[in-house]
Amino acid sequence: MMRHVLNVLARLGRGVLDALARMGRWFVFMLGLLPALPASLLRPRLIVDQIYQVGVLSLQIILVAGAFVGMVLGLQGYSILATYGSAESLGVVVALSLVRELGPVLTALLFAGRAGSALTAELGLMKSTEQLAGMEMMAVDPLKRVVAPRFWAGVVAMPLLAALFSLVGVLGGFAIGVGLLGVDSGSYWSQIQSQVDFREDIINGIIKSVVFGVVAVWIALFEGYDCLPTAEGVSRATTRTVVNTSLAVLGLDFIMTALMFNV
Amino acid sequence: MMPPDAAEMHERPLIDIRNLSFRRGSRLIFDDISLTIPRGKITGIMGPSGTGKTTLLKLIGGQLRPDRGEVWVDGQNVHALSRSALFALRQRMGMLFQHGALLTDLSVFENVAFPLREHTRLPESMIRDLVLMKLNAVGLRGARDLQTAELSGGMARRVAFARALALDPMLVMFDEPFTGQDPITLGVLVRLIRDLNAALNLTSMVVSHDVAETLSIADHLYVLAEGRVIASGTPQEIQAESSPWVRQFMQGLADGPVPFQYPAATLQDDFCLSMTHSGARERST
Repeated sequence: MMRHVLNVLARLGRGVLDALARMGRWFVFMLGLLPALPASLLRPRLIVDQIYQVGVLSLQIILVAGAFVGMVLGLQGYSILATYGSAESLGVVVALSLVRELGPVLTALLFAGRAGSALTAELGLMKSTEQLAGMEMMAVDPLKRVVAPRFWAGVVAMPLLAALFSLVGVLGGFAIGVGLLGVDSGSYWSQIQSQVDFREDIINGIIKSVVFGVVAVWIALFEGYDCLPTAEGVSRATTRTVVNTSLAVLGLDFIMTALMFNV
Repeated sequence: MMPPDAAEMHERPLIDIRNLSFRRGSRLIFDDISLTIPRGKITGIMGPSGTGKTTLLKLIGGQLRPDRGEVWVDGQNVHALSRSALFALRQRMGMLFQHGALLTDLSVFENVAFPLREHTRLPESMIRDLVLMKLNAVGLRGARDLQTAELSGGMARRVAFARALALDPMLVMFDEPFTGQDPITLGVLVRLIRDLNAALNLTSMVVSHDVAETLSIADHLYVLAEGRVIASGTPQEIQAESSPWVRQFMQGLADGPVPFQYPAATLQDDFCLSMTHSGARERST
């Protein structure tokens, strides 16, 4: 019995120590990356290459997902609004849902699955094949050369992807609402124009997507940089990236929504 | 005639390791070792797997920090340098990792050009010429457009060698360059290390457990085991060494000071007692 209790305590202690060590490594990673960020802006070519990798190559999943989400919003929104005789407001329901919430949040979740996991796996494999160590021995700082451009690329790509997600979603809602269910086209657009506020809705949506971009790319890069340089280590790090980013995005979304929209 | 301080500098070993101790977790990797690597020579560091040969290279390159002792490279205490001074020193050191550590998203040409692009502002035409010269030196000028995934293990090491030479270093460190290579590639690598060390007036440090190849190129050898230098000297002196450690390693004997059996309970404990236990269990049922 006593031995069992001691084992539990030892496991608990080990867990706490591991968590503290991980926080320490996270802090060291942050201290290393922060000074590298401004310097990497001087090499825009590296950032553009990475925007292609994390942004352009994510377009397909973002656009398809955006269109389907918009279409589902069109169907669901119409069935509810029609009950109250206000189906003409479909445009504003679709647009606000997307711009305020679904655009930034779903884009961040998809971004974590598509680009974040790829960043983690890439960095993890570079570590396990000694490419990062090799760079250091060539007097090239991997944080500056490899990590910082990927960070900027994620921060730039996320809001653009979220904007495209919302745009395609609004078009998807239009296709279903106007094309299939007979909502008036003029009402769809004019309601959006009059009800969606630039500062309150669009700017706040952009702020959200920038924050999610920073969080998603930061977690992905840290997990890749910190992973154990083995096949199992890379696989676990990739999973952690998706799980941790999803939880962080959803938690932050709640906090930011509460702060921004004064609910 | 050289000024006295320059002459003295030239006589001084390129690498001077003094009373180095290094621990990984609870395991002592190096226990107060001292060794020197002379300039212009090929020095072999040999020893069984797990003796910390690669760790030694990382300590020299400043990627790891010793628990005690100092590592001096070309008159500079590596672990007392600022980060920028360490990076400046590393530009004069080339290192070949065991599997090449080539950048997998770049072609052969771009891999060799990588240090030049990072550390110089040379025009593209000059980078091209320099890269092709380095690739020519390792016999792979024709492979410039290949991707790293298309290279064999031996070719990858030769490309890594060309890359290590890109900035005309004073020192090249080879980490297990011969492991897993076919006889032809082995011959090529041995010849390249020997010829380029002489032609470019390099200092080479070859960490390896391949006895025949290392003996054939090294001017001087150190044998490491259990965190200590157990022998040093010319290849002839090492071969004549009578220490059982060195003899076991050089002759590839399965058993000796490095035991064949991983430490375990005694045979009696593992077999006789377990039979007694199982007999007791059978009786009780």
